[in-house]
Amino acid sequence: MSDKKMFTIVLMDAPYENARATTAFRIIDAAVRHGHTVKVFAYEGAVALPFAKQAPHANAVHGRDAAQEDHPNPKDWIAAMMQAAEQAGGKLEWINCGLCVDERGVGEAIAGVTRGSPADLWKNATASDNTLVIPTK
Amino acid sequence: MASYLLIESRDPFESNDVSYYYDLAAGLVKDGNEVTLFLVQNGVLPARKSTRSGALAGLVQSGVKVYADDFSLRERGIAAGRLISGVKPAPIDTVVDRLAAGDKTIWH
Repeated sequence: MSDKKMFTIVLMDAPYENARATTAFRIIDAAVRHGHTVKVFAYEGAVALPFAKQAPHANAVHGRDAAQEDHPNPKDWIAAMMQAAEQAGGKLEWINCGLCVDERGVGEAIAGVTRGSPADLWKNATASDNTLVIPTK
Repeated sequence: MASYLLIESRDPFESNDVSYYYDLAAGLVKDGNEVTLFLVQNGVLPARKSTRSGALAGLVQSGVKVYADDFSLRERGIAAGRLISGVKPAPIDTVVDRLAAGDKTIWH
């Protein structure tokens, strides 16, 4: 039996709102760095996590420009995790719920993100070695 | 017998649901299952001795393996030496390892 596994991870939280998204990213990052394949199904607000138009901003209160502020954007973390997965011999696939994307107008996602439906979640969960659902409260 | 990974992200001072989750862990062990409870985010707060630590200590006594996310502990300034007996700091890789082992995994 291979020690490389496939996991489906289901995300619901929008960016910039809750520590759950950060923890989810930490779990995904650890999994792909071990060479496992991770298939993310993002729905509701989580479809904005890989939104391509996220932009770093300045912080006028602290007198810092955008470069000094170095504001993190989740789209960059997702891209970095996709790259780390390939380097470790695994893969990070990211499927955004299409209806959720349309509702929020966040169709412009970074490269590697695809559009899907709950049927894709079912297929991935069925094919995976394990599934973790991280819901909002 | 099955193996379960229960992930607790909530603070028992803020959410009474946490006690129900602890009850689930205790019940699963009582029925002969292996249970790992991984505390993360504000879920690590009762791992430091407080008025809400008793239930967690009881889980340790009952045979639940209890781990506290080391990153969450550092974020909250909780040193490993302040943890109640039986609760061990652990990296997030613990979750990945349990997923790979096939544990039935639930997030709360």
